[in-house]
Amino acid sequence: MTAMNDTALSDYVTFTTAEQMFGLPIECVQDVFKPSRITRVPLAGPEIAGVLNLRGRIVTAIELRSRLGLAARDEGQVPMAIGIESRGESFGLLVDAVGEVLKLPDDEREPNPINLDRNLGRVAAGVYRLEGHLLVVLDIDRVLDLSPEAAAA
Amino acid sequence: MDDLLREFLTETNESLNLVDAELVRFEQEPNNGAILGNIFRLVHTIKGTCGFLALPRLETLTHAAETLMGKFRDGMPVTAEAVTLILSTIDRIKLILDAIEKSEQEPSGGDADLIDPLGRMARQEAAAPPQVAPPPAPAPVELKKPDAPEKAEKHDKPAVERLDEERGDRLANHSIRVNVDTLDHLMTTVSELVLTRNQLLEIVRRNEDSDFKVPLQRLSSVTAELQEGVMKTRMQPIGNAWQKLPRVVRDLCAELGKDIELTMRGADTELDRQVLDLVKDPLTHLVRNCADHGIETPAARIAAGKPAKGTIRLSAWHEGGHIIIEISDDGRGLDLAGIKAKVVEKGVASEAQLAAKSEAEISNYIFAPGFTTAAKVTSISGRGVGMDVVRSNIEQIGGTVDLKSLSGAGTTFTIKIPLTLAIVSALIVEAGGERFAIPQLAVLELVRAGNNGEHRIEHIKDAPVLRLRNKLLPLVRLKEVFRLGACDNENGFVVVTQVGSQVFGIVVDGVFHTEEIVIKPMSSKLRHIPVFSGTTILGDGAVIMIIDPNGVAQALGRAAVAAARAENSELQSREEEADEDTVSLLVFRAGSQQPKAVPLSLVTRLEEIDCRKIEISDGRHLVQYRDQLMPLLRIDGETSLKKEGAQPILVFSDQGRSMGLVADEIIDIVEERLDIEVSSDRPGLLGYAVIKGATTEIIDVGHFLPQAFEDWFRRRDPSAAPRTRSVLLVDDSAFFRELLAPLIKAAGYRVVAAASAADALAALKSDTRFDLIVTDIEMPEMDGFALAEAVRAMPAAAAVPIIALATMVSAETVERGRAAGFHDFVAKFDRAGLVAAIKEQGADLNRAA
Repeated sequence: MTAMNDTALSDYVTFTTAEQMFGLPIECVQDVFKPSRITRVPLAGPEIAGVLNLRGRIVTAIELRSRLGLAARDEGQVPMAIGIESRGESFGLLVDAVGEVLKLPDDEREPNPINLDRNLGRVAAGVYRLEGHLLVVLDIDRVLDLSPEAAAA
Repeated sequence: MDDLLREFLTETNESLNLVDAELVRFEQEPNNGAILGNIFRLVHTIKGTCGFLALPRLETLTHAAETLMGKFRDGMPVTAEAVTLILSTIDRIKLILDAIEKSEQEPSGGDADLIDPLGRMARQEAAAPPQVAPPPAPAPVELKKPDAPEKAEKHDKPAVERLDEERGDRLANHSIRVNVDTLDHLMTTVSELVLTRNQLLEIVRRNEDSDFKVPLQRLSSVTAELQEGVMKTRMQPIGNAWQKLPRVVRDLCAELGKDIELTMRGADTELDRQVLDLVKDPLTHLVRNCADHGIETPAARIAAGKPAKGTIRLSAWHEGGHIIIEISDDGRGLDLAGIKAKVVEKGVASEAQLAAKSEAEISNYIFAPGFTTAAKVTSISGRGVGMDVVRSNIEQIGGTVDLKSLSGAGTTFTIKIPLTLAIVSALIVEAGGERFAIPQLAVLELVRAGNNGEHRIEHIKDAPVLRLRNKLLPLVRLKEVFRLGACDNENGFVVVTQVGSQVFGIVVDGVFHTEEIVIKPMSSKLRHIPVFSGTTILGDGAVIMIIDPNGVAQALGRAAVAAARAENSELQSREEEADEDTVSLLVFRAGSQQPKAVPLSLVTRLEEIDCRKIEISDGRHLVQYRDQLMPLLRIDGETSLKKEGAQPILVFSDQGRSMGLVADEIIDIVEERLDIEVSSDRPGLLGYAVIKGATTEIIDVGHFLPQAFEDWFRRRDPSAAPRTRSVLLVDDSAFFRELLAPLIKAAGYRVVAAASAADALAALKSDTRFDLIVTDIEMPEMDGFALAEAVRAMPAAAAVPIIALATMVSAETVERGRAAGFHDFVAKFDRAGLVAAIKEQGADLNRAA
């Protein structure tokens, strides 16, 4: 218990998508909500699920599955949304389920394994080895940076 | 920061901007005492306040400037150097003010470099024998008077009060200063109020006899008034953003040795202050550019036969929910050759790519990052940060910038920006199960279209059109633009829309109502989609996209090509390049290794068909395609069909019938000048041409169409069977002659082809009896119109019907053609239409006979 002060702790909001557990630093998460009445946006990229109204704010919903190049969610499976504020705009990251908030020591975060899936590697900022499963920490700026895709679309 | 100091900074900055503009005016009209009085008073005010706030450096500087201006007021002649000196002094004052704003105290340093010349200039002239000016007395008494009482109480009253007093004669006392944030907050609140009102209205709409109805109507109108009021508080004349420009141009003139006049029109056009702020810098940059790159030196202008004084015109006006700002100069225009050279040098595009581009496209390269064509880099522009920043700044606020350049005559930049992030009236429509908002300002009228109704959607090849009061209205289907599924029906609503001078119809599935919507900026992730200008929340809480009619108009031009799934050749460019005779060619391989090509415009669609769906019947390959059986033909009979996977097919459609040409592989779509160098006797082959360095076989689609439809011609129209009539086909392009002649032959006519109008007239004179003339409109020397008039003048041929082939059929062409004596118009690539038109004219002839 001597080196306590060396180990800074960070809070992560955890969630699962396609059976994989992810975490986002709690500072970048605004709220968690159940998305309703998402309006599709024609001609938008595949990762844009649409836009929706959250208490008067317009939120752009981004489908994490498409963002990571994963298969679409089963029909009937209702997504959850993680509310994010980035550069004055509101986003909702659509995920399968939201978990609890975990407090994890910074020095236990390991770099991305080099064989990590390319789509995932682009947006991951490290991995935690938790009991029973792995937690992939996402870099929200990179998740929201759709520019190369946008240009290609 | 001290309130007094803050107030001083705000006030002074505003005054200084005024001084800038006034001084330039003053230089032009040195005898205008009113202007001088204004400037003098402004500088004097600053000086006075500085003394009060203990800002000695500023005080000394303004004092020196004031002294010199005092001399002017006393009649000393105004020289350009003096104005330059005063302007530099004002720049220094601004610098010091900036520093004060940051650190709350005057920066260290002296201003002797300015104060000395200011003093010298004032003394020198004073020492010289007085010509116009009275002796170097402080100032004539009668002029001094208004200032005198003020001077006396200079140190007795707080600066703010004094300022208010001074402004009293200029501004009404009942204006107050409000923090911009307060206004912004007010606007947001009102937006929310409007949304809530909309929600309530929606509820009342559902419950007709609600007690709320009357009070809600009252609430609604009050809300509307409030909204309008708050919007007004945010509106500012665009002239505020132009204030600096006369000074900028003046300085440039001095630096570059040019003589430029800046004229402004529509300075009182109002727009939202937020938008105004953002557009200021791009505007300044564009004006600088015009002065630096556009306008020539006086010598060059005179040599070019223009007045020595160049003109930069700034104008602003409202148009369809947007504000248009135009900056034009009468200079030399863009240096296209220079741009091309630069583009190639920077590796942005190759020369070959450039060769295929129109002038407008090449001009647009000046908006590419890091681009400048100025031969020498001046301090004014050409620092490599430039037009790309201008464009991105304007696009950031949802605007567009466009340019038109005429060599030797000048350049015009047109900036189009939304008025505000405000509240507009919009028409809510439905397409493909989704709702969208179309800004009411762009909508001219609504037309219901249906098979049974008065208005019917018709087609010219694949392009949907609507006859509306003797005009042909091009249509664009929202569903198709948005790729929301196929449009199978001909029913729907047509939203007649105007963008600039272009009027077109947007076909939607349904129209709901109009609603006041609050435009919310689009997500940065969606901003690249040109057909949307923003998002909004409807009364029922749903978010919908706001359509930008401008973007849809662009889609209109692309629609035809999009059908062929080729993205990079627009109809517009085809039109522009028609005179250069380039053709979009689809290059593919089929059978042999040698590439084959066919004009893209003849191809209706490219399809990949699952091989398992290909059936063989009676030795012919067939596939079910859009609920019909489509015959598949192989170019040389050798092409083997794939056994599995997807088979690429070129689909050609003719009067609702389709034929598929089997290809092994689609290689490319190229824009090339088509020279058939070696013609071929092989059936189905027009000849050979060199395309992208490879010898390519040019396929004669006309050969294959009758193969697929041989039974069809007969079955469909037995009466048209061969009573051999003669058709005179006039087209300067060998390619089209060879393409169309077989087609007309296949329809049962004898064809005589003429390569020019003169040849055609010769053929008509040489006693051959023709039943019909088919002529191209655009031909060198004598065009189709002239030919038609000449034919009408020939007694023997005057009655022969003439069908015109037009690359683009516009209402004007049709009108002109009718006047010239054309009986019918057919789009050049519309083969089915041509055959139909020939038959129709033939039938008329029968009746007439």
